[in-house]
Amino acid sequence: MIMLLFATAAVAQTQKENIEVRGNCDLCKKRIEKAALKTKGVKYASWTAETQQLTLIYNAKKTNAKNVAKNIAGVGHEADSIVAIEEVYNALPACCKYKSVSPHKD
Amino acid sequence: MFKSYLLSIYLCLLGAAHAQQQVSGYIYNLENNIQSPLAGASVYWENSTSGTVSYDDGYFTLIHNPENTVLVVSYLGFKTIKLTSDFNKPIEVILISDDAASLNEVTVLQRRKALQRAVFTPRNVSTIGSAELLKAACCNLSESFETNPSIDVNYADALTGTKQIQMLGLTSPYILFTQENIPNLRGSNQTFGLSFTPGTWVESIQITKGAGAVSSGYESISGQINAEHIKPLTAPPLFINGFRSANGRTEANLQGKYDLSSKWATSLFVHANKRSQLTDNNNDGFLDAPLSEQLNVLSRLQYIDAEKGWVGFASFKALTDTKQIGQLSYAPELHKFKSQYWGGELDTDKWEFNLKTGYVDPEIPYRSIGFQSAISRHKQSAYFGNKNYNVSYASYFHHIVYQSILGNTLHKFKAGLQYMVDVYDETILTTHIKRNETNLGAFFEYNYDGIEGFNAIIGARVDHHNVMGTFVTPRVHLRHAFFDNKSILRLSAGEGRRIASIFAENQKFLGSQRKLFLALPTEPMYGLLPERAWNFGLSWIQKATLINRPFDFILDVYRTQFTNRVVVDWETPGAISFYNLDGKSHAQSMQLTVNTSLNERIDLRFAYKKFDIKTDYRSGLKWVPLQVESRWFAFVGYESVLEGGKQWRADATLHRVGRQRRVASFTTPSDFAAGFSLVSMQLTRQFSNQLAVYTGAENLLDVKQTDAVLSSNNPFGAAFDSSQLYAPVFGRMLYAGFRFNL
Repeated sequence: MIMLLFATAAVAQTQKENIEVRGNCDLCKKRIEKAALKTKGVKYASWTAETQQLTLIYNAKKTNAKNVAKNIAGVGHEADSIVAIEEVYNALPACCKYKSVSPHKD
Repeated sequence: MFKSYLLSIYLCLLGAAHAQQQVSGYIYNLENNIQSPLAGASVYWENSTSGTVSYDDGYFTLIHNPENTVLVVSYLGFKTIKLTSDFNKPIEVILISDDAASLNEVTVLQRRKALQRAVFTPRNVSTIGSAELLKAACCNLSESFETNPSIDVNYADALTGTKQIQMLGLTSPYILFTQENIPNLRGSNQTFGLSFTPGTWVESIQITKGAGAVSSGYESISGQINAEHIKPLTAPPLFINGFRSANGRTEANLQGKYDLSSKWATSLFVHANKRSQLTDNNNDGFLDAPLSEQLNVLSRLQYIDAEKGWVGFASFKALTDTKQIGQLSYAPELHKFKSQYWGGELDTDKWEFNLKTGYVDPEIPYRSIGFQSAISRHKQSAYFGNKNYNVSYASYFHHIVYQSILGNTLHKFKAGLQYMVDVYDETILTTHIKRNETNLGAFFEYNYDGIEGFNAIIGARVDHHNVMGTFVTPRVHLRHAFFDNKSILRLSAGEGRRIASIFAENQKFLGSQRKLFLALPTEPMYGLLPERAWNFGLSWIQKATLINRPFDFILDVYRTQFTNRVVVDWETPGAISFYNLDGKSHAQSMQLTVNTSLNERIDLRFAYKKFDIKTDYRSGLKWVPLQVESRWFAFVGYESVLEGGKQWRADATLHRVGRQRRVASFTTPSDFAAGFSLVSMQLTRQFSNQLAVYTGAENLLDVKQTDAVLSSNNPFGAAFDSSQLYAPVFGRMLYAGFRFNL
């Protein structure tokens, strides 16, 4: 029964895609992933600071990467070249100000 | 990235704590001798793409893959720090500005917080890491909780030297023990099982207060304790440990591992201990600790293929243990079953085999499937004076679990099936009892992960048991974080039930001349009902920074309310009765804990606990005997600067044990035994990354219960009783040992 569930779920309309999202820290990570997951149709979102990449798995019938990027820009993070509104960006905590602080200071 | 996700999925699957494969800690900066959290510092693995930035409070957490060996911490204007040591424990790094660094030889102060409370899971879980395990004097799992205020360590009886642990005012049978999430120490293993896991095999221990996870079974009532063994892939190639205590206990551990390839590794751990010295520090003519010998072997094989998404373990464990108890002059070959001297022997043989596999589709990292299977055999033959108790116990366990999401990863679920068979064959005195239990259970657990703020786990299982019938076990855990994760509220509720293995769990009555009163011993479940209880809990964690130091304040309030319980009645002198609860039984506990550090090298921990543990006996509602009313706990730990692998470590623990009710004897009425204080200390010198030597003392104040064995001069008389122990028998105990690893 479980194996069957496992097999049938795998053939659903899922698409895997990476988009570039700017951010710095774990606070950013939570904000970005939450905004992505709040987009209807997104099943999975994982962002890493070093690569500035967000890995998405979503239902292609319900949404697309552009939609997700818009929602992420809406919470202050530049995503897939969609720029965030100035006021939202300015309200981010200090460590998330990706325009002035870079994730690595090596 | 995928690889790290796979690792964490695999850890869920196989039940390891997330913390094991993550490195976490705090980053501070030091200016004018004031230490303050450093936000935004970069923390990353050298030569990798895996990294993070510290939070506002300096906290960071990062996935740790086996290939990551050098952790780099950097911040503009500060000297970059590279760490290569053991990342299994939380670390603390203090960055010093570039200018200061050039003037000062000291570049890094690294310290680990060995005891950690999980902040993000809805369950109230605290993890004891391997650094904390080293602080315990010795030597096996039952002795690993001395520095943890959540677990109380009691003395089981005055003869076998066994320590029994308890949680939230309930003894170990009400705690579910798991070894890498496979139920362990059930049934006949209850009394001595903890002493069958050497401390050096243990990588970490997770303690869950209150109702446990439905995926672990229906049995946990007051909590769950999971022990993770050291894994072949991450074990040191060679580890040697020797230990000797002044009460004549000698222990040796030899542990090796071999990497067959980058995906396969195998390990072999061997433990032996022996005590041949006769000690009677309380002068009652009885051995304070048994003459004993144990040989214990664990062999494991681990497989991990991150690209294909497969992980697996196979483990085999075998043990033989003998104990001789009783009067100093007792010699089994001369006095067995005679009435000249009182003595006894306990021989235990045990083996277990388990297999685990897990699979995660590399393309769909949120979906996984896991399978666990375990078989164990346990055989104990024992006699206490003229009373014998033999038990053979076989257990079979199969478990399959599937994890995926509902819509997106904010809504996860876990579903699975479990099949268990327990076969008991007991002989107590002249009565032969056979008991077979089979159970098929299905569980479903929904986990809402709000990322910030609110989390919840709601689970239920349905079990079909050959004796208990079909029943549902619900469990709920809620968590809400407030004020930037500085305050965390947790609530939990859940039901648990179990069949009491009354003889195995209460073997200590055999060390007395108490007569057994049990209506129908040969009926299923000894003619008793299964035990059932609800547990409700509330926990509040408050993090604060006072006088530039981090403080954790933790308040835990838990209550276990029994709907049915097998009452063990010691109230009548010369008798022990088992019967179903008729009335009320509850255990309530309140614990207040404060964790802080005096400076970057000195940790402090305080706790106060207050209990209310009462049961309706046939003679009325009473405080459960040998249960304390209150406890105080204090711990101080020091670690010097780690330089070139060299370090001093020292710690001291104080347990103030409140008064305990004693049952009436033939000559004394029921009364309260006065409280006492136990102090222990340990000093460790780390000579290099390879070699450490340690020495310490337990029960430094030399507390001894003089009347541990009642009527010790007439062990074949009706008043003889060694079961009413509330304090140590052996006084002060000094020990020393070494650890060497490659």
